[in-house]
Amino acid sequence: MATVEIRNVRKSYGPVEAIKGIDIAIQDGEFLVLLGPSGCGKSTLLRMVAGLEGITGGEIAIGGRVVNHLDPKDRDIAMVFQNYALYPHMTVFDNMAYGLKIRGIPKAEIRARVDKAAEILELGRFLDRRPSQLSGGQRQRVAMGRAIVREPAAFLFDEPLSNLDAKLRTQMRVEIKRLQDRLGITSLYVTHDQVEAMTLADRILVMNHGVAEQIGTPLEVYQRPASLFVAGFIGSPPMNVLDGRIDDRGEAVLVPGGQRLLLPRPRPTDAGRPVKLGIRPEHMAVAAEGFSIEIELVEALGADTVVYGRLPDGETLLVRMAGIPTVRERDRLTVAPQDGALHLFDAVTGRRME
Amino acid sequence: MKQTRFIDLVPHIVLIVGVLIFAYPIYVTLIGSTWDSGTIGRGGLPLWPGGEGVANYAQAWVGEAGDRAMYTPVRTMMLNSLVMALSIALGKIAISILSAYAVAFFRFPLRMAFFWLIFITLMLPVEVRIIPTYKVVADLGLINTYAGLAIPLIASATATLLFRQFFLTIPDELLEAAKIDGAGPVRFFIDVVLPLSRTNIAALFVILFIYGWNQYLWPLLVTSSGDMETIVTGITKMIGTGESANDWHIIMATTVLAMLPPVAVVVFMQRWFVKGLVDSEK
Repeated sequence: MATVEIRNVRKSYGPVEAIKGIDIAIQDGEFLVLLGPSGCGKSTLLRMVAGLEGITGGEIAIGGRVVNHLDPKDRDIAMVFQNYALYPHMTVFDNMAYGLKIRGIPKAEIRARVDKAAEILELGRFLDRRPSQLSGGQRQRVAMGRAIVREPAAFLFDEPLSNLDAKLRTQMRVEIKRLQDRLGITSLYVTHDQVEAMTLADRILVMNHGVAEQIGTPLEVYQRPASLFVAGFIGSPPMNVLDGRIDDRGEAVLVPGGQRLLLPRPRPTDAGRPVKLGIRPEHMAVAAEGFSIEIELVEALGADTVVYGRLPDGETLLVRMAGIPTVRERDRLTVAPQDGALHLFDAVTGRRME
Repeated sequence: MKQTRFIDLVPHIVLIVGVLIFAYPIYVTLIGSTWDSGTIGRGGLPLWPGGEGVANYAQAWVGEAGDRAMYTPVRTMMLNSLVMALSIALGKIAISILSAYAVAFFRFPLRMAFFWLIFITLMLPVEVRIIPTYKVVADLGLINTYAGLAIPLIASATATLLFRQFFLTIPDELLEAAKIDGAGPVRFFIDVVLPLSRTNIAALFVILFIYGWNQYLWPLLVTSSGDMETIVTGITKMIGTGESANDWHIIMATTVLAMLPPVAVVVFMQRWFVKGLVDSEK
């Protein structure tokens, strides 16, 4: 168990900068999720922590020890890969024991550690099987077993659930969470799935184009997205974003179509400034006055209903309502944001305006 | 129903006829090895076994001479051929798997240049480089030695390419997992790459053993003493140029014996051979 510190870490491939200076200190026992779209650099960052990619600039320290120039095997980490990366010709036992054997750990202790991991992961019956004789979920558990037996300072997960089907993914997600709670090992977990991020993470690092857009707890990231990118990436369906302008007295936002939405607190210094206005679909409700929309599509999800409406100026507005649908396509509806549901972003930089 | 029965039958008939055509000369050889030389020499070889089989094989196996000429005994030639074929097959596998490992898994300067150099040697068969090769082997004093027989034939671009293609199908993550587990390049090779390659190795062994066993031109050049005779060149030397009558019964017995090791290798390794050709066990 240990802390993992990433200090101004950069990665360049020739002239292309893939990671543009990431700073984060991961606490002992913390579960950090690296979240972002494909190509944002999250896997590269994880592989730099693992030692599988060189570090162009900055420092990575595991347990207070700078590991920039250490081989992966000397970094005291264990990694779980997306495609499991089990040795196909070894039994489940040998797969888990391999790293320990190389380290010269006595046979009896290897046996004990593997048995313990197999018990935690309910793999006891499969120890003599080959990976090809196991299902996807079982293989993923073996991959985790291989990580556990090492008793490393940190676990690194590289999209470990992406190859599983939806049902198994939910199940394994819960197992990973339980396992991490139980073992309390510092974990870095790469995913592009916001549900995995929200449910697993102590903190989320949202990445885009090699930059940390936001670092925060799942609820912080949801409630106070630091940028338009985070706002659009977290939450399903995504947040509505409208062009707007703060009125001359700094008390309200004017949106095209004549709506005037009062700000929670006046911002006289921003009077007249163009902004992007974000409102989550689930924070819209039917109201006496507000946005007038024509309903284009109704998605009934059972527990709730997503309504795709069109504003008079042609923009789409999503509204999420609880329960089964009470409206139909081509109905007209008036909706308004709930109190405190407005998110303001700078129209140019896309950063959140507090 | 009748239609499909008939259609099923046709390929079988074609195959059986084909097998008979291919097997006939071998059958004649087998029968010939059981008659005395007089019967064969008169051209009236019957299609059923004769009674001289045991005597012919015994004479061929240990005999230093037939009825009309001097020969190297088959047991000596078989041993020479076996040493040569095994050295070539195992040597080729060892060299090519190592060079393929280097080309496939390591990043070093001029990596692709080396790869292409290996590739280009595909275009230079033994026959083309035979004079310089002979000169080198002769200068090294390897004429009439096992080393001289085997070493020049060991370098193999084909096997290197086959192994490289197979190694490229091993996922990068496996290498990375091994790195994190603490396996260095040598351990990864021994613990992961070799076991995963074993079906390929078996398939190649069959092909290369037969290739080595059937070598003709090179052993002919590089051996001159009877002690170092290989069986394939030995058989041709038994057949005279027309000056004298041949010991056909001994030649046929020797030929049958010469077929046995390759047949044995194919039969024993067939399971692995087929597996190596059709799947990569991943």
